[in-house]
Amino acid sequence: MLLLAVVVFNFILLSLVPGDIADTLAGESGGASQEVMDDIRRTYGLDRPFHIQLATYVGKVVQGDLGTSYYFNLPVTELILGRIAPTLLLVVTALVLAILIGTLFGVIASRRPNGLFSHFVTVLALVGFAAPVFWTAFLLIVLFVAMLEIMPLSGLVDPTTPRGTLTWYLDVLHHLFLPVLSLSSIYLASYSRLARASMMDVLGSDYIRTARAKGLGETSVTYKHALRNAVIPVITIAGLQFSHIFSGAVVVETVFTWPGLGTLAFESILRGDTPTIMGILFFSAMIVIVVNLLTDLAYRLVDPRIRSARNA
Amino acid sequence: MTNRPTTAPENGPEAVRVERPVVEFLRMYVRNWAAVAGFIVFSAIVFAALFAPVILAVDPFDMVWMPFTPPGQDGYILGTDNLGRDMFTAIVYGARATLVVGGSAAGLTIVIGLTIGSLAGYYRGWVDEVLMRITEFFQVLPPLLLAMVLVALFEPTLPTVAIAIGVVTWTGVARLARAEFMRIRELEFVKAARSIGSRDRRIIWRVILPNALPPLIVNAALTVGIAILFEAALSFLGLSDPNVMSWGKIIGDNRDYLLDAPWTVTIPGVAIFLTVLAVSLIGDGLNDAFNPRLRER
Repeated sequence: MLLLAVVVFNFILLSLVPGDIADTLAGESGGASQEVMDDIRRTYGLDRPFHIQLATYVGKVVQGDLGTSYYFNLPVTELILGRIAPTLLLVVTALVLAILIGTLFGVIASRRPNGLFSHFVTVLALVGFAAPVFWTAFLLIVLFVAMLEIMPLSGLVDPTTPRGTLTWYLDVLHHLFLPVLSLSSIYLASYSRLARASMMDVLGSDYIRTARAKGLGETSVTYKHALRNAVIPVITIAGLQFSHIFSGAVVVETVFTWPGLGTLAFESILRGDTPTIMGILFFSAMIVIVVNLLTDLAYRLVDPRIRSARNA
Repeated sequence: MTNRPTTAPENGPEAVRVERPVVEFLRMYVRNWAAVAGFIVFSAIVFAALFAPVILAVDPFDMVWMPFTPPGQDGYILGTDNLGRDMFTAIVYGARATLVVGGSAAGLTIVIGLTIGSLAGYYRGWVDEVLMRITEFFQVLPPLLLAMVLVALFEPTLPTVAIAIGVVTWTGVARLARAEFMRIRELEFVKAARSIGSRDRRIIWRVILPNALPPLIVNAALTVGIAILFEAALSFLGLSDPNVMSWGKIIGDNRDYLLDAPWTVTIPGVAIFLTVLAVSLIGDGLNDAFNPRLRER
């Protein structure tokens, strides 16, 4: 239902654009006669009434056909599937790192709420929120590429490396480092603050006092009993924010010319490649919905109460 | 609502100290030195933005000196950029676009979010159902991507950019407002207002809203920060008015020269960073001042 709404919305939105494919092509080839332009419009079905165009588009999307890119003259679905892997690699790695390290920071900070590390987390959260992601990326480039000269500037992999070998994978990891660091820095900062707050909340509860009273060590209390509950808000927020992380990836990808969906989206917007833009919006909405489902599953994994409540 | 004595006792320190809420609020705010610093920095930026044409009566697009003059050399405090434009002038003028777009986008975000959230939270039922479906819809679309599409679709002018940002960022405010309205509408004083025959409009605006304001105001500071970051990202990507100087635009224009002239990229970034930092520190201060639980620290 939601996806259908997304499809219809995209279509209506993008049909508001002044000028169409015929204008674009005519502009690029330096003008065209009216007949040629009518011909182009007929090829792309743009001469038909609006509601027919919409119905045709929705019908095709249901069958997995997102149309043909004006620019590449390739099926949009194929185009997107070819670009999705680098984006998922970037986004998922950044997200997992941010959750793991953020939670770890939060846990360490919560053990001494007024300690030095706790203040560090506070500052980190403020800095992470205020720093624009492209600026962070450029600062990292200045540090790691210009000064230390240990990281590659851009791209997914060195094109001379033979594909599929171990060196190829290592080279991808090498190229992945800076984009992931830029993207995860924002979320790492907010998750560590969140994890600290929820840890401190949980550590004050009765069952933790019971655990301590029965003589469990502080490590066991923190990591086996408290962490389980404290991580739930982090998962909730991470799931809710997934569409934002995807947005951040668009910026990070353009900075590092990472050959993913974000770069494709940005270039397609500049080119006025409507079918590709609609396809990417649809696809990213689909990914966000899938992630929300996964978030629900993650709750069950972490919290046995939800499991039994759903089964009851 | 607590019952405060309306007349303040004038005798001695033993008497209960009663302050006017505004005074108490300010006292709590001032206690947070970081929030005060944030306020000072933010005021300075607003001042620079307001009086830019008076302080520096030059066009930020003028090419004044050799391109890529490093900061401090030849009298250019922050150096020059790829076209030999003065970076200091660009930063001062850039504050205008950033604040105008950031501020109006945040205003729009709050208006949309508050309207949808308050209606959903107050009326519940099918109104809530419909409005929350709409909110969900906007939550599954990547906000920046949608804003980019919106700006590209219509003309890239400052109002378009502000509207695009407002349209993609209101969901958080709506959820917060809805939660607050749902909580407060069940409280005694709202029932009392209803029992004396107040209409819905009065209850929403005059009875519930004032009580829902504190978290919304704190959130507003956050909203302004987010709007500024969106504006920066859009103008960095070149999806903003090309005839208006802004911090994101300076970075976007100079990004290819990052390795040779890093200051052209890092300095405008510092400006964005400091502004958003100042705004969120103000938000923290407001939170302290509003939140009674934290008062006696």
